[in-house]
Amino acid sequence: MSAPFDLNDDSVVVIVGSGAGGGTLGTELALKGIKVVILEAGQRHNMEDFVNNEWESFSQLAWTDMRTTSGSWRVHKNFPNLPAWIVKAVGGSSVHWAGASLRLQEHEFKTRSTYGDIDGANLLDWPITLQDLEPWYAKAEDRMGVTRTNGIPGLPGNNNFKVFEAGAKKVGYKEVSTGRMAINSEPRADRGACQQIGFCFQGCKSGAKWSTLIAEIPRGEATGNLEVRPQSMVQKIEHDASGKATAVVYVDKDGKTQRQKARIVAVAGNSIESPRLLLNSASSMFPDGLANSSGQVGRNYMRHMTGSVYAIFEKPVHMYRGTTMAGIVRDEAVNDTKRGFAGGYELETLSIGVPFMAAFLDPGGWGRSFASAMDGYVNMAGLWIVGEDMPQETNRVTLNTDVKDAYGMPVANVHFDDHPNDVAMRNHAYAQGAAIYDSVGATRTLPTPPYPSTHNLGTNRMSEKPRDGVVNKHGQTHDIPNLFIADGSQFTTGGAENPTLTIVALALRQADFIAGEMTRKTI
Amino acid sequence: MATLIDRRGPSRRALLAGIGAAGALMVSGAAVLNPREAWGMEVSALKPETMRTLIVMARDIYPHDRIPDRYYAIAMKPYEADAAKDPALKAMVEDGVITLDTLARANYGVAYADVGWEDQRVALLRQIEDSAFFQKVRGGLVVGLYNQEEIWPIFGYEGSSADKGGYIDRGFDDIAWL
Repeated sequence: MSAPFDLNDDSVVVIVGSGAGGGTLGTELALKGIKVVILEAGQRHNMEDFVNNEWESFSQLAWTDMRTTSGSWRVHKNFPNLPAWIVKAVGGSSVHWAGASLRLQEHEFKTRSTYGDIDGANLLDWPITLQDLEPWYAKAEDRMGVTRTNGIPGLPGNNNFKVFEAGAKKVGYKEVSTGRMAINSEPRADRGACQQIGFCFQGCKSGAKWSTLIAEIPRGEATGNLEVRPQSMVQKIEHDASGKATAVVYVDKDGKTQRQKARIVAVAGNSIESPRLLLNSASSMFPDGLANSSGQVGRNYMRHMTGSVYAIFEKPVHMYRGTTMAGIVRDEAVNDTKRGFAGGYELETLSIGVPFMAAFLDPGGWGRSFASAMDGYVNMAGLWIVGEDMPQETNRVTLNTDVKDAYGMPVANVHFDDHPNDVAMRNHAYAQGAAIYDSVGATRTLPTPPYPSTHNLGTNRMSEKPRDGVVNKHGQTHDIPNLFIADGSQFTTGGAENPTLTIVALALRQADFIAGEMTRKTI
Repeated sequence: MATLIDRRGPSRRALLAGIGAAGALMVSGAAVLNPREAWGMEVSALKPETMRTLIVMARDIYPHDRIPDRYYAIAMKPYEADAAKDPALKAMVEDGVITLDTLARANYGVAYADVGWEDQRVALLRQIEDSAFFQKVRGGLVVGLYNQEEIWPIFGYEGSSADKGGYIDRGFDDIAWL
């Protein structure tokens, strides 16, 4: 089934990373008859191997290779070497995601025009509009089986949702539902319906949740055009004297350095590794790193304005039973500056188990206040806040040349400071989240700080003009025509919505563009 | 992990000697004992008094009145093996306990583990909470305690569910009080 391609085959498209961006792009190109090699740093697991245990699963799936942090964000203090909670495995973070599949709103593609010049924010309009992306959103929703699209019913609400829904309606919210989720509410596309297992973050053991691991890559491999090489850690992208990408150097599962030749290279290693790879690929021709003539590679790192509110009630909730994130209030996602900030946010149900609650409820916290909150676990309901954060040039992924990884390459340092707009939005969302729960009888609410980042965005951003960003509207780098970015790092701004649907839509659109350009022999 | 605990019962002498402010935890020879819970833990790399202090400290950091000492002891047990392999860690732990006991004696005239009220002990911990020793103990404990499956039922958490068919037929939407 899978097609082993020769290292010297310079007709293949090489994709770095197999997550929502890379896995979708690779599969779509293979379905179009184009030969693809995906190099994935992590191992390949089967869904039967996933573990319903938070720390054990973390050891199995999480990217724990050394990274460093700086800045005033609390993650730097509490988790200095874990800026992001993302996956190192075939399927990437699509193995771990919760399934929320929302389109960005029209104004979120035009933030500079809509929000104006906000001090300290490096806002820019996307070079594409919602209308440009709509057909690709539609294709992505169908492919991923998103509930409440294509006639697919919504998921049933679990206990955590029922508390959230009752509270949200009581405080007057109108747009309350179990959301648009890429989790089957009924059997579809050879995958069964959700069994309400919980543990969506630990890899879905029933196959109801869409991931590139189970829903895309096997389709691509069945064509004979796609080869996925797990445990292949990419070190560098090489180029020729004309500045075109020619090969990708990686260390294979046996520790041997290999060089895969390529006609086209697409980078999809998530927003920390992707800029790191471009920077680590610096050469005499590109001394500041590949595709970095703008100086924007690694800048404008966004992580969404996040936070959680947990609430304790007099009676049991058992919030952990069932789908982790099937519940949403969308009323606050609008841009309404009367609230004291630009942009908006979503409120989404969320639960974590006792082990992670202990680690994330109040990192570093201890004593009676903390322990009594933990004692209330079974009576807890919880929600997650996800809102648009301001891109800032100084929020940035750089190379930390003082710290090397297992291969001797400089690791990524992630610097982040909240923008005042982020802080104002978070405070508003904390108050609204608490109001939801207070209205249905919460005896205690717990405003919980952001976790290590799951939505990492913006570090190779899309721009109309080469001086403002790294890639054009097709994710093609401004500087190197056969070098593409296929992950969330190409987001110009983050919107208020969970990013995966947009990443998949962009990857499908990009596959179409790449296939067209290859046919026209322009790349 | 329960096998880490030596179930040998305490001697009468140890029982009599161990009536102190730190509940049922006592030291006998090279062991920390809890006769009420009928377990003991032998140590050699660390002093038994040090292990007793660590266990008291663990409960003061994450005080759950419905969790027996044995689970705090299990969470602290790895320091014994780690101290045997790592002299720097051993020194950090032993010195950390000395510091804590010195503070306790200056304030209350007894060792930390024998200070009568949790609030008093917590006030001492607050004085050392930025130290590497305290941060090491708390950081290890947050996983070492709460990741013990045996205590999850105390929190009403049911753990793994896929092996039981998920909650589709086991109450994912059974809330009735709303």
